[in-house]
Order: sequence, then structure tokens, then C-alpha cells
Amino acid sequence: MNETSTNSDAARRRPGRRRAKPNDDIGEGLRLRMFRSMLEIRHSEQRAYDLFLENLVKGTSHLSLGQEAVAVGFATAMRPGDLSFCTYRGHAHTLARGVPVEKVLGELMQRDNGLMRGKGGSMHLTSAEHGVMGSYAIVGAHMPIACGAAWRAQYKGRDDVAVCFFGDGTANIGAFHEALNLAAVWKLPVVFVCENNLYMEYTPIAEVTAVEHPAADRAVAYGLDKIVIDGNDADEVYRTAHLALAQARAGHGPSLIECMTYRHSGHSRADPGHYRPKGELEEWLKRDPIPLYRERLLQFGVTENAIVGIEDDVRRLVDEATEACKAAPMPPAEILTTDVYADGGWAWRN
Amino acid sequence: MAELTYRDAVARGIAQEMERDPDVVFFGEDVAAAGGVFKATVGLLDRFGPKRVRDTPISEQAIMGAAMGAAMTGLKPIAEIMFSDFIAVCYDYIANQFPKSRYMSNGQLGCPLVVRTANGAGVRFGAQHSQSVENWAMAIPGLKVVAPSTPLDVIGLLAAAVRDPDPVIFFEHKSLYPTKGDVPDGEIVDTLGSARIVRPGNDATILALALMVSRALAAADRLQAEHGIDCEVIDVRSLVPLDTQTILGSVARTGHLFTVEENPRLCGWGAEIMSIVADEAFYDLDGPLVRITTPHVPLPAADALEDMILPSVDRIAERVRQTLES
Repeated sequence: MNETSTNSDAARRRPGRRRAKPNDDIGEGLRLRMFRSMLEIRHSEQRAYDLFLENLVKGTSHLSLGQEAVAVGFATAMRPGDLSFCTYRGHAHTLARGVPVEKVLGELMQRDNGLMRGKGGSMHLTSAEHGVMGSYAIVGAHMPIACGAAWRAQYKGRDDVAVCFFGDGTANIGAFHEALNLAAVWKLPVVFVCENNLYMEYTPIAEVTAVEHPAADRAVAYGLDKIVIDGNDADEVYRTAHLALAQARAGHGPSLIECMTYRHSGHSRADPGHYRPKGELEEWLKRDPIPLYRERLLQFGVTENAIVGIEDDVRRLVDEATEACKAAPMPPAEILTTDVYADGGWAWRN
Repeated sequence: MAELTYRDAVARGIAQEMERDPDVVFFGEDVAAAGGVFKATVGLLDRFGPKRVRDTPISEQAIMGAAMGAAMTGLKPIAEIMFSDFIAVCYDYIANQFPKSRYMSNGQLGCPLVVRTANGAGVRFGAQHSQSVENWAMAIPGLKVVAPSTPLDVIGLLAAAVRDPDPVIFFEHKSLYPTKGDVPDGEIVDTLGSARIVRPGNDATILALALMVSRALAAADRLQAEHGIDCEVIDVRSLVPLDTQTILGSVARTGHLFTVEENPRLCGWGAEIMSIVADEAFYDLDGPLVRITTPHVPLPAADALEDMILPSVDRIAERVRQTLES
């Protein structure tokens, strides 16, 4: 596949192309959109962390602080009809597909205004209308499910693509291998996206994995290309996503992309991340995808004023969403037993 | 009207639904070209082609996951798990995925699929290929659980399962595949959640499922002939939804209740039914609630041993007689 021509095709369809600098294959409009989306995720998740300390976010939550470029690069390259399958670390992917901040924060705060009215929680964010077909908390389970959705697209002659996000730890579970094999054999329009943040929960992934790149090295065994990219560079993620999606749409089958990234916080809210070697976080903070991208916007001629405008805007949006969630009621008792079965109820006997 | 084997009824049921709805697809290990290891799906590949009838790798998680992904996006998959024992290697989908997605998503996602699987003993395959595991599925809110005992029910309940908007685990009994029964011509569609009184009687109610139905009937005939005990036998057919009204109505008339369960004793399906009856029909009872089950041990392979461990006609008749005469 010719990377340059494909991206030019994409760029031609995108707003902002005319105003872009020479050699800017992505365009200002799209870049501003990606910047805004990354910021929205960052502020929402930082807010979730703060609200947890106030005992307003309950249960567990797994933040993507530092990993926003993967979610945003992919979501920006995806189009309506493409389906996202996320993990329990799925706030970023859900927001990136356009789900309102209030809906996500509401679910984390387990209020009635939440995305699933508190019935799913942080680990199961789902918004079918945005193509977010669930966040799955059993490691690897969603990889075969994404294959099934891709199979449906293939069966119906649709060119929609299923995109399945997962962590490095997932590459060591059986469902990963079963899904890759099935996707390859059936040539399914699915893109597997590994967010390699170097740790499977609390354990360095390298200590428990036979190969250097847990996902990409294994992909080769299923006849797929080994693709490893800088997951902190939203542009690189976007370009790679665009190619993989185009390949799937054209009927050329699945691909797997391993995005190297890093989570700035622990595995979950219970984890301070003390197992990380001294200085590692600081090194990765220098490659924080958001300041990097801010710098790039300036290089491409976006004004400081315009950037600050977006930053203020996003901050206000998250503040307003927070207040709306704080004011929202708790979910009512009558939804306890709804939607167990398709008739809307829970009756298992007459 | 035609006489059909339980095995051929499976293929006819699937074909009926594939003919009706182009979104019905069928897949699993060895199901297409080979026609299934129990030869229950012979001819479907030729009739519907490789796009709709697909062989899979030995990847039970991939089979279940693919079924779920296809179902939640609009297909109506029928997936086969070759032996029900193998549910253990993909239990995540049965326990965590299929039944929870609708609830967790607050009704946004559905999972209208059917998992067919060969359940039960009688073919001497030993402890990992002969179990009755319907109770593994019955314990999970969000699933429906069906186990037909006749060729007619295979077709009718399979059609109902395919048309049902919820995930249905469909337990075929591998010892019943060669058995025969009359099946009318034309479309056959049954209802999930209805038990059937297969032998009316007045002295005691015997509930049975799948292979155990014929044994319960034989025991009832013997009890009538040898002891004048008139048993009502009910084929439960569907564990979820459960037709408790038919069961409670029968117990109200007979005052005695027995279950004949192939599953090992602890937490077998009969235990739940007994608890309902104890709770809601205690004052209708004239004697103890008695469960006749496979003992709580793994299944042995040898025919002599397997025959001893499953509930037999002798054991059923003897327990019923003892209980009623005590």
C-alpha cells in the first residue's frame, strides 16, 4: 500500500486542507480536533481522579493519562459505522468517539445521568449510537467479539471496520491468539490495537513475555505485518490507523498495530505505581502526547491564542459536566431489574 | 408426517430457520464439510453454502466471541460447541459476556444467539465428554436454557431459540441422537418456557429432562403395572424460562414430587425447583421432596460403571415406590 497517496486521499476530504502548511498531510482542522479531543480526555480523567478523592467517583477506574494519542488518533481516522471495542481502560476511547463528558463522568459517579445509568460502571462504558460497542473487563474477551462484528460487516457486504483496543497484557491470554487466527483465516475487517504501556497491571510486561513486542511479534505468527509505532504521537497513530482501516475496508483483512505508550498513573485508582523504576515516569512525561502536540500545532502556525481558547473551552466543558453530574440524582430502584432479558424485564419463570 | 431421528431433526431445525431468515448463520468445529462429529448437521453446507455454514478452528473462545459480536450487530448466529463439557474453556462468554451485555449497557446491546451443544452421558466417553452441565448455564441471570427430549421438540425449540432475542444455550443429548419420533410436515415453532405433561397421573409428579424423560416414563409404566401407582411425568424442556405453573399445578393434584436429574447432585436443576415447591406449595405436599440424581462424582467411562451411576428406570421406580409406601 502506498502510504503517501492514501493519506493524500484522506487529506483531500478533510476540512482545513487549504489552510494547512506545505507537507501537512493531516490538515489544521483535523489537528485541532485531535488536540481538543486529547485535552477533553485528559481533563475528564484528571477530574475523575479528583472526584474519586472526594468520594464522588466510586468503585474502580483505570485511567489512560498519557495514552490519549492512541484513542484520539484512531477515533479520528474511524468513521461512523466503524465499531470500537474497548477494555476496562476505556474512558479515553469512549470520549474519543464523541460520547459527551457528562455521560462518562456520570457513569463514573454512578449517577442516573450516566451513560448506562450506573448499571455498567467505569469498566463497561458503552454507547452504541457512537459505535462504542462495549468496554470489556475480562482481559481478551472482546477480541473474538470484535471478530464477530467484523464478520457481520463482511457478511452483509458493508465496509465498516471493527477496531479492538487492548493492553500489552492481553497478548498473553488465549483469546488473543484465537481471535488473531480466526481474523486471519476469515480475512475479517478488524484492526487490533495494542496499547503497550509497558506494564500488565503491576508487573513489567517484559518480565512475563517471551518476545519483545507482546502483540506485534505474535501478529507475525498469524501472517500479519509487524507494526510498532510511537503511540504518543497522535499524527503517527492517525496515519497508521488510516492505512489499517483502508486495508480492512478494501477486503484485505485484519491488521495489528502495537502502540508504544505509557500510563502516567497506576494500573487502577488503588495503585500508586511504586514498582516503576526511578526516573522512568519523568522520561515519559517529557514525551507526554499533549504538550508534544501543542508544540506541533505552534510549529504548524496555529496561534497561541487559538490554543488557549481550546484549552479554556475544554476546561469549561469538563467543569460544567462535573456540576451537572453532582446535581444528578442517584439511579432509581426501578431500573435494578430492567434489561436482564430483551422483553425489558428479568422474569425467569411464570 | 415423517419419522425422524433426533439427529436429523437438528439439521432440519437449522435448515428451517436458515431458509426463513438470511441473517441466520451456523458455525463450529467440523460442522460444515464433515456434517458434525455426531452427523447432526449433514447437508447444511451443500444447501446453504460456505458463507453461512462455516467450519472454525478448535477455538471455543473465538467461536463464542464471534457469535456474540455477530449477534450484537444484527446477525442471528447458531454456534456449536461440540461437547457441552467444552463450555468450561469458554465459560467467560456464557457467564460474563452473553448474559450481561444487555444489562450493563442499560439495554443498548443485545445478544440474540443460540449455542447448540451435545450434553450428557451414555456413550461411554468418560468424565470430560459425558457431563450434564445444564445447571452451569441455569445459574447465570440473562441466559435462557433449553434441553429437548424428542425430535419434534428439537425442531420446535430450536426455532423458538433462534427467533428469541436473548442468548439461548441449547442442550442436545448425545444419547438421543439416534432416537426417533414423528414430526409433522411444514414449519414447526414451539415456545420457550413451557413444560409438557407427557404422562398424566394422579399419585405423584416426576419431573425429567432430556434423556431422563424416557426413563421416567418407563418407571411410571412399571409403577402402574406392578404397584398401581399412577405417576404424572413432566418433561421440563426449558429450565429458563421455567414453567413453574405447570409444575405447581401438577404437585397440587398429586401431592408428591420427584425430579430425575442426570446432572451431579449439588446445585442440580431440580434443587431450584424443589425450593420453589417447598416455598410455594408446601401445604400441597403429602410427602418429602425427592431428587433422583447422578451422585456427586465425576462420570466413569466403563459402560458397566456409567450404567450404574446415572438414574436408571429401576432406581427411579424404587425411590418413588419407597417414598409413596413409607
